[in-house]
Parts: sequence; C-alpha cells; structure tokens
Amino acid sequence: MIREHQLNKIILSIFLIIPLWAFVTDEPFTITLMTRATVFALAAVGLNIALGLGGLVSLGHAVFFGIGGYSMGILACHAQTYTPLMEWPMLVSGSKSMPLIWINAVIMSALAALLIGILSLRTSGVYFIMITLAFGQMFFFFSISWSAYGGEDGLSIYIRNEFPGLNTLVPIQYYALCLALLCTVLWINSRLINSPFGLALNAARQVPERVETVGLNPMRLKLAAFIISGAVTGLAGALFADLNRFVSPTMFSWQTSGEIMVFVIIGGVGRLFGPVVGALMFVALEHWLGGLSDFWHIYLGILLLGIVLFGRGGLIGMICGEARQHE
Amino acid sequence: MSLLQLSEVSTSYGASQALFGVNLDIAQGQVAALMGRNGMGKSTTVKCICRMLPSSGQIVFDGQDITHLPSHLAARLGIGLVPEGRRCFKDLSVYENLVAAQQSGLWNFAKVVDLFPRLGERKSQLAASLSGGEQQMLSIGRALMTNPRLLILDEATEGLAPLIRQEIWSVISKLKEDTGLSILVIDKSLKELRSVCDKAVVLERGRTVWGGQMKDLNQDIAEKYLGV
Repeated sequence: MIREHQLNKIILSIFLIIPLWAFVTDEPFTITLMTRATVFALAAVGLNIALGLGGLVSLGHAVFFGIGGYSMGILACHAQTYTPLMEWPMLVSGSKSMPLIWINAVIMSALAALLIGILSLRTSGVYFIMITLAFGQMFFFFSISWSAYGGEDGLSIYIRNEFPGLNTLVPIQYYALCLALLCTVLWINSRLINSPFGLALNAARQVPERVETVGLNPMRLKLAAFIISGAVTGLAGALFADLNRFVSPTMFSWQTSGEIMVFVIIGGVGRLFGPVVGALMFVALEHWLGGLSDFWHIYLGILLLGIVLFGRGGLIGMICGEARQHE
Repeated sequence: MSLLQLSEVSTSYGASQALFGVNLDIAQGQVAALMGRNGMGKSTTVKCICRMLPSSGQIVFDGQDITHLPSHLAARLGIGLVPEGRRCFKDLSVYENLVAAQQSGLWNFAKVVDLFPRLGERKSQLAASLSGGEQQMLSIGRALMTNPRLLILDEATEGLAPLIRQEIWSVISKLKEDTGLSILVIDKSLKELRSVCDKAVVLERGRTVWGGQMKDLNQDIAEKYLGV
C-alpha cells in the first residue's frame, strides 16, 4: 500500500505537470481550470482544519469564502472608481494590491470566525451545523440587499488586481501565485497538525472532558482552529474573486458551504492533501461530465455516496488505508 | 501543610445525591489512599477534586479555593489525573499523547521514558494499539507531563496482569521517594496500599467514615468497610 506522503508528492506533481503541459501546448483554459481547483483546494484546506482536526462540522464556511471575495471586490471597486472607501474618521481608499487585499480578507474572515465561533461553539452536533448554516444564510441575504456593492447582481472588477513583479493577467502567473499560496498553507497546516496545539486539538476532538483534566480548554482550542480555518477560507475567497473578477452573493450561499465540504469528504477528512484531491476531482468532474450532461451532479452524488459508504477515509484513505500514519 | 483539603464536599447526579459531606486532607509529599467498596463515592470524589462535577462544600488546593474553578484551570494549578479506564487519546501515538498534555516544568518526554522504558519503545505506536498495561503507563505518563503537584490515580491497576500491577506499584513508590509528589491512590489492593500509602480515608455510601494513618487501619475497619 502506498504511503500517504508518497501520494502527496504525486498529487503535488499533478498540480505542476498539468499546468506546465497546458502552458507549453498553449491551453490557457486548462490553466484556468487548474487555478480554480487550486483555489477550491485552499478553501477546503481551511475547512479541513475545523472539520478534520477539530471535528467541527461547519455548514457556514461560505461566510468566510464570501467575506474574502467581497474584501477583494469592495477594495478593488473603490480603487477602479477612484472613490474613497471611507472618509471618516480617516480617509481610506480602495486598493488593487493583492497582498493588501489578502491581508484584509484574512483579517476580516478571522474576525467573523471569532464572532461566529464564540456563539456557535457553545453548541455541538446538529445544533452547531444549524447555527453555522444560519450565519451563512444571514450573510447571504445581507449581501443580496447590499445595493451599494451590486446587491443580487454582484460586483464586477474590470482588471485583475496586481502583485509586485508578476503580470496576474497571464494565466500561468496567476496560477503560480495561487499554487504558492496553497503550498504555503499546506506546509503551515502540516506543522500545525504535529504541533502541541494540533495534537491537543485532535485530543479535544476525541475526548473533550479528558483534555480538560490535562489543563487544556477544549472550547479555546476549537475556537482557535475555527478562526484559523475561517482565515484560510477567506484567503481562498479573495483569490476566487480575483480569478473570476467578479463577486456575488452566491459566494455566501449554503451550496458553496456544501461544495467546500464535499471537497473535503471526497479527498479524505483530516488528511493533509484530502481537500486538494477532492477539489481537483470536483473540477475535473465538473469539466468532463458537465460537457456530457447538464445533470452531472448526479454522477458527483453517486461518487460521494460511494465514498461515504465504502471509503470513510476518502480517496486518500482508499489508497493509503484509513488510519492517519504516524511517523 | 495541607496541599489538598476537602471540607464537607457533597454532590449529586441529577436527583440522586452521591456524596454527603466528604472530608479529606492530603499534605505536601504525602501518599493517601481513598478506599471503599464499589459505588461508595471514590471516583465521584475524584471528579469533584478535578472539577469535573459541580459540588458544594469547600475544596482548597494549595491555599486556593477551587470549589468553583473549571476543570482545566484546576489541572493547571497542579492536579494531575490518571482516570479510571485509562482513557488515552486513541488516535494519537504514544509520543503525541504525551506532547499534547505537556505543561512547563520538571517532567518531559525523556523523563517519562526513563520511568516507563516501554513507552520509549512504543513511541510511534498508536495508543489504541497498546496493551492495557502500556495504556496505563501512558495514562500515568500523560498525567505527569502536566507537571502536577498532586497525582490522582483512579483504579490504576484494575484489570492488569500481576507483573504489570507490580510495575505500576513500584513506579508509585519511586515517585513518592524520588520526587516528593503528593499522591492520592484509589485501589482495592489493601496489601499494596499498606506498603505505599502514609494515610487512608474510607468512604461508605458517600460519607467519610474513617480517616487516619495507614498503620492504624486495623482488620476490624477493613472487614467492616472494605469487606476484606
């Protein structure tokens, strides 16, 4: 049986080889598809921190994805119309700088995760799912009624934002940027999983009352995980908005939350590269099966059903075995 | 000086009262036994000390009233628990179980391995795959990693092979002699308790019915309250 870290290397090489092949053969659409998979993977890596490590089944992660998207949309919109974002108590203007937009997206998503987490982590199980879903719907309907930023029609950004030293309009360059961010977050995540914090969080997921007897506060551990998770998903939202140069309330919808969760489940909950495999599989199915039939979601449903029933560790679990490997 | 003092501690599970004013006193460096037959309130008393159950009365640890403190803060003050049934974090390896619980202080992974060399050999193995004895060693090691000043062992030798039980008892003796750690032991082996403990408290139907030096625990009391 192939070891998980070997499989991870193979997955990573797919994310390098396909876009390079597409670049050489001049297939920009394939690069865009891979960028879409990379951004979805990043969003799912964020959810996997809460779901896989902390055992928090959040059906409201679209909130953070949407906040990231609107962070980009609002800042870029004000920059392209040369109107200030606010004039009081100080003058704040929009921005076309990706690093600034990312920082803003991460901070705003983390703050939202802090507030949502404080309230929703008082509950567990089905109540936690419902309360996170309720927050998602709250943000969704708010964005629909937010006419200043497009309301139901969303917000278009004419030119992709800028990153120092790169031409982000060139698909391969924007893809490289997204992949670099995904790899950085995966590296941080791998460190996090094996850190005392990650181990304590894992223990809190298993037996919360016993974690307390070793001096750890499970509520605080889960809140920290939820905040980190929200921040990562928020970053993905900003990248997704920049990829499409468009943000809309759909980013906040419960379907988006569901899709992010599907990526994690397909790849393997709690597996480092599980969300990456899940997102890649989703984009591939969406592209190939979507070309064959408008009802391609049926096939996705069958795949999901098969994995949930017969492969509890997701695709990674089916290849490497169910248990997480300790080395 | 008292490290832990329980005064008139009572608690209940819903409508059913389990403790009726338990009194207990453990001095710094002392090893005490909490004794009684099954269902007399020993583990419930431990849950109250570790703040896993709300209680009335007063629980003072190192001069601080901890009666209403949350469980994790009581542990941070220095109350280390080896729970009944081991309860290791089964999806974590031996090393990860220990690191997850680590607080700053004297105890670290190397010191725990010195005490239980077998844990060093099983470092990367999942806790779920360990034998009962090894899981118990891990559970004790995990409690020590919190650098406690009071170690509570709740039925630490229950269901273990005689050789492993002997190893656990010798570790308790070693901890007493080498570290001066205060220890509260709950166990049914009177013979071993006599050899290790300085004092004993006997519970009967949720009440303290006897307390004193272990050497004063005579056969009459043992027969009457412990059934041995």
